[in-house]
Amino acid sequence: MSATLIVFFVLAALAVLGAVNLIVQRHPIHSALSLIVVMVALAGLYLLLGAEFVAAVQIIVYGGAIMVLFTFVIMLLNAGEEEHTNFSKLANIAGIPLAVAIAGFIAATIVHSGQPLPPAAAQGSLTNTKTLSMMIFRDFVYPFELTSFLILVAILGAIVLAQRER
Amino acid sequence: MNEVLTQYAFLIAAIIKIVILVFIVLTVDAYLTWLERKVIAHIQARWGPRRTGPFGLLQPLADGLKFILKEDPTPTGVDKTAYFLAPFLTLLLAVTSLAIIPFGPDFKVFGYTTNFGIADVNISILVLFAITALSVYGVALAGWASNNKYSLLGGLRSSAQMISYELAMTLSVVGVLLIAGDFSLKGIVLQQEFPKLGLLSWNIFAIGHGYGFTQVIGFFCYFIAAIAETNRIPFDLPEAESELVAGYHTEYASMKFAMFFIAEYTAMLTVSCLATVLFFGGWLSPFPGSWTFTQYLPTLLLFGLGAYAIYMSIGYETMLGRLVMPGVGTAMIVIGVVLALIPDLNHFVQGPFWFVAKVFAFLFFYIWMRGTLPRFRYDQLMTFGWKFLLPVSIANVVLTSAVMLWRMPR
Amino acid sequence: MVPTSYYLVLSAILFGLGIVAFVFKRNIITIFMSIELMLNAVNLAFVAFSRALGRPDGEVFVLFVIVVAAAEAAVGLGIIILTARNRRSLNVERVDLLKL
Repeated sequence: MSATLIVFFVLAALAVLGAVNLIVQRHPIHSALSLIVVMVALAGLYLLLGAEFVAAVQIIVYGGAIMVLFTFVIMLLNAGEEEHTNFSKLANIAGIPLAVAIAGFIAATIVHSGQPLPPAAAQGSLTNTKTLSMMIFRDFVYPFELTSFLILVAILGAIVLAQRER
Repeated sequence: MNEVLTQYAFLIAAIIKIVILVFIVLTVDAYLTWLERKVIAHIQARWGPRRTGPFGLLQPLADGLKFILKEDPTPTGVDKTAYFLAPFLTLLLAVTSLAIIPFGPDFKVFGYTTNFGIADVNISILVLFAITALSVYGVALAGWASNNKYSLLGGLRSSAQMISYELAMTLSVVGVLLIAGDFSLKGIVLQQEFPKLGLLSWNIFAIGHGYGFTQVIGFFCYFIAAIAETNRIPFDLPEAESELVAGYHTEYASMKFAMFFIAEYTAMLTVSCLATVLFFGGWLSPFPGSWTFTQYLPTLLLFGLGAYAIYMSIGYETMLGRLVMPGVGTAMIVIGVVLALIPDLNHFVQGPFWFVAKVFAFLFFYIWMRGTLPRFRYDQLMTFGWKFLLPVSIANVVLTSAVMLWRMPR
Repeated sequence: MVPTSYYLVLSAILFGLGIVAFVFKRNIITIFMSIELMLNAVNLAFVAFSRALGRPDGEVFVLFVIVVAAAEAAVGLGIIILTARNRRSLNVERVDLLKL
């Protein structure tokens, strides 16, 4: 029972609990806070896998920008608690086991598939920032420029959509 | 026993350093409030705290007691989770960011070489940016959770301000990263170490390498953006008392308000430490290494302070002052003599001494600005952040990389 | 040593939970957040494979996925704000006619 395994289980439990809390909570702001916990736990898992740059980017971009955007929108739109639904209870009761079955099926497929994969250990730093940046700016430079264009389109779209009516 | 110790040496050393650091940081925060009140008072031609202890030095103790003993009501209609989470989150993030900062060079203790900060990560700067990004939540949640229009407005304004200036702050550091080629803070300081040049090798002049470009623009962008991040004057409209009652921490009383308070001063401390590490050479001395007589500067400073304390205690008003201050002064002079006599200890003290001196200069500058400048209006603040500071930071990155490309040997 | 399959199973569980949230929640913002949860689960799978196969490509893909998710969140939330202004409700069950 190495320390890495213990840390993995702690972070994995944190992520799953955060996701379950997202479903269970009724007010969207509490769901947003749970999602932030999931993202920080995932960043910890990336660190465990040795992907330090991706972990930092996950927290900075996902946790520090995207979720802040969600939080602002929830606060500004004054989203209240969810109301009760009049739909059948049967859908609720049958649906959750169905979802668990989907996840279990995917998981079983992965575990029993073809050749076993080598263990995902954080041996040194295979991909430090320098390697990653060389890949992005040499092999993947076209997708990189396209994503910057995409962000520009997104900025324009957000500004145009959310501006006040003239 | 020895094997167990060496296996867990890192952990034990880290725990000891954490305990010492938390103790020192909380004391520094408390006395930073004292320093702020004294300096602002003298700028405004009045005295500041004088009665509580000699020179008002026990004022932070009195404030702490007040915070502990005051009633801590919870307003009705608050969102319990967010209301209790916000001050904890802010304080947690503010203090965590101090774990990565290197206060001095590596040193050996009991044959074990250890880093002078708590953790030396490859990506220290990114971790600091991540913590800065997350600290927006404390403010936003605090504003929203209090069942109060003014808090909500103050919280949203404050968090929008923090997000806007975060961009300029991150980009202005990129120039330093280009020159240093390393994300870790210890690596950045070590890249500035050119003992022949002393002051000029710091990143703000960047003369030591053959390919550097002076980072003055970057430093000014970083410092202004950092002041906006920490919500200090001249950027503190969202929490100014005359504007929005107290902004996002209106509804917070004694202990939770103390947490916001400590978090603000710790954030100031972190920003000052970062500015010295990135632009001013961290623990490096401003004098060239060949001027070895400068090693006795800490001793001289202690002599001076001790002599001043003894001189001021003669005929001081209160009995406490007349009793305690000569003792404190003598202790400082004795420590100075001990430092001068033990060269190992003197060498150990050099790094942290220069670090503390530079951080103190920045904190003094922060307080000086608070006492002197008026505050920005909110739209002026946002215009300045997006339309001036961000383009200037980007221009700094472009300029630095162009000069580096031109000067770098092929 | 943590076997790769553990990471993949965790990714599958998170993806499944994202689907459950997408199907069962009625607030449009919560549904959006479940999409982000699904994207995160996929990111975890990418990084786990990148580490297992010893190639940095997976991490580059993760960076691109994060960027695309950010752009999608920005535009999507803009649309949500507009819809909420027009329909005065964030409940997806009320947005079931093309006409107001």
